[in-house]
Amino acid sequence: MDVPRATEDAVRGPVTGTSTGDAAETPDQARERGFSLPADLGRWTAPLVSAILIVVLWQLLIVVARLQPFVLPPPMTVWTAFQGNITALVANAWVTLLETLAGFFLSIAIAVPLAILISTSAPLRNGIYPFLLLGQSVPKQAIAPLLLLWLGYGDGPKVVLAFLTAFFPIVVNTAIGLQMTPPEMLDLGRLLSASRWRLFAKVTFPAAMPYFFAGLKVAISLAIVGAVIGEFIGADRGLGQMIVVATANAQTPLAFAAILMLSFLGIALFGLICLAERIICPWYNKG
Amino acid sequence: MIELRAVSKVYPTRKKGAVTALTDLDLRVADGEFVTLVGPSGCGKSTVLKLVAGLLAPTTGQVLIDGRPVTGPRREMGFVFQTPVLLPWRTVRENVLLPIEMLGQPVGPVERRADDLLHQVGLADFRKAHPWELSGGMQQRVGICRALIHDPAVLLMDEPFAALDAMTREALGIELLRIWEEQRKIVLFVTHSIPEAVLLADRVVVMTSRPGRIAGIAEIDLPRPREIDQEYDDRFKNAARRIRRLVEGGGVDEGQRLDAVASSPSHVIRPPSLVGDGGAAGGRS
Ligand SMILES: Nc1ncnc2c1ncn2[C@@H]1O[C@H](COP(=O)(O)OP(=O)(O)OP(=O)(O)O)[C@@H](O)[C@H]1O
Ligand SMILES: [Mg+2]
Repeated sequence: MDVPRATEDAVRGPVTGTSTGDAAETPDQARERGFSLPADLGRWTAPLVSAILIVVLWQLLIVVARLQPFVLPPPMTVWTAFQGNITALVANAWVTLLETLAGFFLSIAIAVPLAILISTSAPLRNGIYPFLLLGQSVPKQAIAPLLLLWLGYGDGPKVVLAFLTAFFPIVVNTAIGLQMTPPEMLDLGRLLSASRWRLFAKVTFPAAMPYFFAGLKVAISLAIVGAVIGEFIGADRGLGQMIVVATANAQTPLAFAAILMLSFLGIALFGLICLAERIICPWYNKG
Repeated sequence: MIELRAVSKVYPTRKKGAVTALTDLDLRVADGEFVTLVGPSGCGKSTVLKLVAGLLAPTTGQVLIDGRPVTGPRREMGFVFQTPVLLPWRTVRENVLLPIEMLGQPVGPVERRADDLLHQVGLADFRKAHPWELSGGMQQRVGICRALIHDPAVLLMDEPFAALDAMTREALGIELLRIWEEQRKIVLFVTHSIPEAVLLADRVVVMTSRPGRIAGIAEIDLPRPREIDQEYDDRFKNAARRIRRLVEGGGVDEGQRLDAVASSPSHVIRPPSLVGDGGAAGGRS
């Protein structure tokens, strides 16, 4: 009785590996689970240590290379500039935040329906994908001046640039996610003559959520980049404009303070998306 | 009753022209019968299940259920897949109830049934758990409950226990038999494990390698209810040995081998031409 089992298991070996139930684990999660420090300790101390290290290296570079403060200001100077200009920084961050979010939500609103179209029909997919790729391969900086020409000096170009940069990862990830429905589920739906809509609502769409969120995480940082590029080209407010003006006036510490503010903004938005993901698809990080 | 009459299935493929998965397959399964299918990988076992389910149409021949040709997917089929394929955002009970929702029926009246089924497979305490909190064997039990929830007339199982260890597998097999004894559905069960095929079945259908057809059918006359201990029974061992020979002979030379089966000394294994005559005495229609 043993011999047949052994050979059968050998035959089956590779097949079991394709189990669909837990295929959703990313390398990151695998690493996180394998981490030997207590998870919370690792989560907070590791970034803190890197931050301290960066600041120390920064200071060291200034001392060793004898850099002038207007080229590279020391960390403490930047921090002083940050505190001294906090009202202006917050006001400008608010502007950049609104531009970013407007573009970001606009891209969600258009990307998700488009992803649904792409994933439900092969002709549409073949018709749309090449143009998406084409659009994606155009550097957004290149069209920024045109947007300024068309939309004027206001928020328009910034929102559109944020939208354009955020759009691609959301469409692609969501479309991929929508095509990840296990074939068994599709069979089950057909057997029970479930309508397309019902199958979509009960299986396909929820199954795509982790992919959608993966897209959002990439997109949000890009949306900030888009908004800032828009401000570089022509604006009278926003963190991007602040950086340009400060640099032109040789207020390098202020420029650095604005950059610091930008990264705080990016981290906060990224964190919010992670939070939303945990609330909307709590199953995703489970074993 | 399920009948496959001279069924063949050709898959069109882009590269190699066409793949003939099944040729000239005849099979009859009586109501209430438990039939297992064994055969080399790629011989078309899954294809047979999909044909019976109406998920695929035969290229030639006919699939009949209770005398009527199958023309499309049939909701009186319960399907258990090789992997459980549970939805991680649903609780165990919600997963079991999924087919009811897909049918567009209210789940309220069926909740009791879901709980009963879960109780039968020992998962009463896990109704509100999520799939990731369950072991592989427990997940597959949920898959079985899901397949049974809408009370299908036929249960189609495609290597449902293949991903499980040998002990879990036997235990689940026995559990499945207990449920089957109560409900007496037709079960078509694909497996790679000959002992499993023998332990569960009224008849074991052995298929040849591609293009798949029936190499022979072994009737298993072990008494029911079956127990794992019967694996040490000589009748069990003999049946397993005969099936193994059939499997190993499969696909070498069809004509010769079929003759060999026909003239085999065993009274249990019969050539395909006689297939189904013995099983036709079913109860339900
Ligand atoms: N959708 C398909 N398109 C083309 N060929 C297919 C398709 N499905 C199955 N086949 C071919 O048909 C043959 C039978 O496939 P099937 O999945 O029924 O085999 P099987 O007996 O279930 O194999 P296994 O034991 O490995 O699960 C295989 O050779 C396979 O290559
Ligand atoms: Mg198969």
